[in-house]
Amino acid sequence: MSERSLRGKVAVAGVGETPYYRHGQSPDPEFVLCLKAILAACGDAGIDPRDLDGFASYSNDRNDPPSLATALGTHELRFSNMQWGGGGGGGAGAMANAAAAIVGGLADCVVVYRALAQGQFGRFGQGPRVSTVSGDSGLTVPYGQMSPAQYYAPKAMRFMHEHGIGQEALRAIALASYHHAQANPRAVMHGRPLTEEKYDESRWITEPFHLYDCCMENDGAAAVILVSAERARNLKQTPTYVLGAAIGAGYRVHSTQAGFATPDLASSHFKEVARHMYDMAGVAASDVDVVQCYENFTGGVLMALVEHGFFAPDQAMDFLKLENLIAPTGKLPLNTSGGNLAECYMHGLELQIEAVRQIRGQSTSQVPGADVSLAVAGPMVTPVSTILFGSEAAL
Amino acid sequence: MSEPYLPAGLPTPVPERNGLSAPFWQGAREERLKVQRNPRTGVYQWPPQWIAHDTQTFELDWVEVEPKGVIYSWTRVWHPVHPALKDACPYIVVVVELPHAGGVRMLGNLLGDPRQEVVIGAPAEAVFEHHNDADPTFTLVQWRRADGPFDRPAGNL
Repeated sequence: MSERSLRGKVAVAGVGETPYYRHGQSPDPEFVLCLKAILAACGDAGIDPRDLDGFASYSNDRNDPPSLATALGTHELRFSNMQWGGGGGGGAGAMANAAAAIVGGLADCVVVYRALAQGQFGRFGQGPRVSTVSGDSGLTVPYGQMSPAQYYAPKAMRFMHEHGIGQEALRAIALASYHHAQANPRAVMHGRPLTEEKYDESRWITEPFHLYDCCMENDGAAAVILVSAERARNLKQTPTYVLGAAIGAGYRVHSTQAGFATPDLASSHFKEVARHMYDMAGVAASDVDVVQCYENFTGGVLMALVEHGFFAPDQAMDFLKLENLIAPTGKLPLNTSGGNLAECYMHGLELQIEAVRQIRGQSTSQVPGADVSLAVAGPMVTPVSTILFGSEAAL
Repeated sequence: MSEPYLPAGLPTPVPERNGLSAPFWQGAREERLKVQRNPRTGVYQWPPQWIAHDTQTFELDWVEVEPKGVIYSWTRVWHPVHPALKDACPYIVVVVELPHAGGVRMLGNLLGDPRQEVVIGAPAEAVFEHHNDADPTFTLVQWRRADGPFDRPAGNL
């Protein structure tokens, strides 16, 4: 194994979340949500917020590190980092950047955070309200192609076509998230179960995505605190170690708008990224106990699971059945908090937190004895990222 | 002039101030389909870029290619995300591959019945959809099936 690795050197010390709200329903401004999540994570870790010295986020989060550090009274700001890329592709990447900063000696105590208040700042799934468009948008928007669901649908459609995958596979992914949300009182869709019939009867958003194949949009904030492995062992919580992580994209993946031109269209862009992650972690897909995989759209989850080596494309219809995807008994429990579909769309940082909970044994849909826990960020987005966590036993 | 596939009110495509994609839009006005090609290697590329990805030359040609292709993927949009499309759903977006131009892929609407079966691998041909009343005027490259039930002319577009 390469010396240049994150494996076992960094651990999650604390996690924190605000309540999760339907979009536009937050009683707090976004900056306040962000501060509350960071304070919750500090409380969980038993760390004085003034001892944070690094801040990492993604997807152009609007809450900048100097403002946060000032507000929190942190003694010194040593690391401020933004992972490139929109959507949730950078969720694991921000964690990896924070971990790399700690391993590299740039900072000692880094918080990864994401905050969204869409009532304050507007929604994602809407087309542009402008009079002219140019560049890549000029080649898509005039055709009515202008939302994430629309940009990514042809990728999933092609993949399903190439491998004979039916709608039932996507449905199973949606059902798994909703199933787990029923056990999770934090979930926005808690108490609102999904059935096969309800899925089948739901309206199309854009084929092959029904309503329930698409993530929610929500208000709230989440935060995760990373420290060195040595320090984590002396803190309140059972350490959750970073085993491996990777960020990136394949060959010529283009912008979101021009994604139609990507040579490997029928991909979630994890082919190389997942390999790098597993190489660093020194484990194989068969070692993974539980998976949190960002559901922007279920078709992305389908491709990401294939590209992380859990099954071959031609096995998708057999593998993607609800009984295989649910905790505690499924072969590969998936999105055990309810994920972006049914817990909250906190741009996937809630999935990072759930991956940590599984290692700590604190999930509302716990996988017994979970030692290796995967969190996949933003399939089909460019760049994407992925991270593997482990318990002490996994080191 | 026949109706465009989608209603008026969507943003108007215009070349960038620096003119990168202007030859494409000018070509479409003249009913000529143009893409970029590396003059030295013959490698096509799309969408427009400043540099050739294979040799990193900035000297890219704009060449006219036969306006036909093969349907590579698609989606049928049922949920409008722009006010101009409120009553326009469903509509079909296709990704069309141009095998004779290095397999570059373009995006457009598939003309005809919006509820038609879309067949990946089916041949398609370009239709130049002129928006002569727009300001500035522009022309969209649209696609229609070049076989089967959709090979009738789509009006005098």
